[in-house]
Amino acid sequence: MFLIESFKTASSLIVHLDAELMGIILLSLKVSGSALIIATLLGLPLAAFLGFKRFPLKGICITALHTFMGLPPVVVGLFVYLLLSRSGPLGFLALLYTPSAMIIAQSILALPIVASLSYSAIVGIDPIITQASKTLGATPYQVSVTIIREARFGIMSGVIAAFGRVMAEVGAILIVGGNIAGFTRVMTTTIALETDKGNFDLALALGIILLTISMVINTFLHVVQKKGVTGTNR
Amino acid sequence: MILDLSATNISKGYNGNQVLKGCDFLFDNIGIYVLTGANGCGKSTFLRLCALIESPDSGEINYRAEGTVLPKDLALKRRITLVLPKVGVFNTTVFRNVSYGLGIRGIKGRKAAVKVNDALEFVGLADKKDQNGLTLSSGETQRLGIARALVIEPDMLFLDEPTASVDQKNTAIIEDIILRMKREGRATVIITTHDKEQAARLADSLLLMHDGKISRG
Repeated sequence: MFLIESFKTASSLIVHLDAELMGIILLSLKVSGSALIIATLLGLPLAAFLGFKRFPLKGICITALHTFMGLPPVVVGLFVYLLLSRSGPLGFLALLYTPSAMIIAQSILALPIVASLSYSAIVGIDPIITQASKTLGATPYQVSVTIIREARFGIMSGVIAAFGRVMAEVGAILIVGGNIAGFTRVMTTTIALETDKGNFDLALALGIILLTISMVINTFLHVVQKKGVTGTNR
Repeated sequence: MILDLSATNISKGYNGNQVLKGCDFLFDNIGIYVLTGANGCGKSTFLRLCALIESPDSGEINYRAEGTVLPKDLALKRRITLVLPKVGVFNTTVFRNVSYGLGIRGIKGRKAAVKVNDALEFVGLADKKDQNGLTLSSGETQRLGIARALVIEPDMLFLDEPTASVDQKNTAIIEDIILRMKREGRATVIITTHDKEQAARLADSLLLMHDGKISRG
């Protein structure tokens, strides 16, 4: 019975655009969106470097990158906490328990996903594309740009997958953000807190929104992947 | 400016298997050269070497203009082009596929559009310009490859087995395109084919590759 009541209250919060709820959603999107931009700006060049360059220990680097895709968020949170704590090497920046710390933690989580899936997309491009570009007079740089453009759907899938991961993540941001109301409280940390308190209305409302965002992301991912498969190369 | 291509004592092998064994030839006319020979005899290898996509193990490939040997730099590489048997279509529209070669040369906008439309018209793909290139049939894909090469107005065009995987109707269309290119003096065209009848239909100069060497057919 209480579940139905909670669901009703949650729906009301969503329909009436509750200020607290909106603040939490916007901060979540801001933190995860910023982390995603940073991860993409760093991850895509890293993927291109790994995809196009040959160097010693490249195989180990790629294996490490794939492994980091499964980084436990709490371990990342702990690592960033130690970095940013007052006695840590970056303590002087005073970023702990701020949205910036949360962005750093989520960037670390998103980076291997963006880089690893982009790398796979780049090396998955048919080598005939490289040959075709060269025969048409492309410089090595132009060949690389062409391959990245051909891999765009795979790269977008990586970016979207990373966004899904950081939006749903709770361990790292709880440790480095501290879940401070109105400042570092985001959807996942609020759900955890309110559930602990037995206050299911807000937790359920945020759960519904989180699920909706996840559904939108996955629908978009599906459309992107479908669009990428238009035919076979002859 | 007309380009001459000379291949001198070219040898090339892969994994210990010697494919070309001292090939010599001079391509010095605008017209159609057709290189025939059995499958695996080294025709495609020879074309890739001539198109400067690969380097020979020994011997020399030289391009000359008015008697002067040209350096094998980007400027020269952009005067020649090779259409591969597997064309390598970019995952975008037919129009953008064809405009690729112009884009990388810095030719864009209206000037590029005119050239692309002209090339698409020439190969009979004007009505498919907004279609994704990957959705074309095998024959249309080969014509796309030719349009993509033609649009950059090469002095020397290499076509590697352009009709190997296409039906009779498209074979006839592609042969007609090649003959029109000759009539309009668009480029020196060097074609490989294992089809002797096709070779006879197209060739101004018929060449035979046998035992890693080229001779006049």
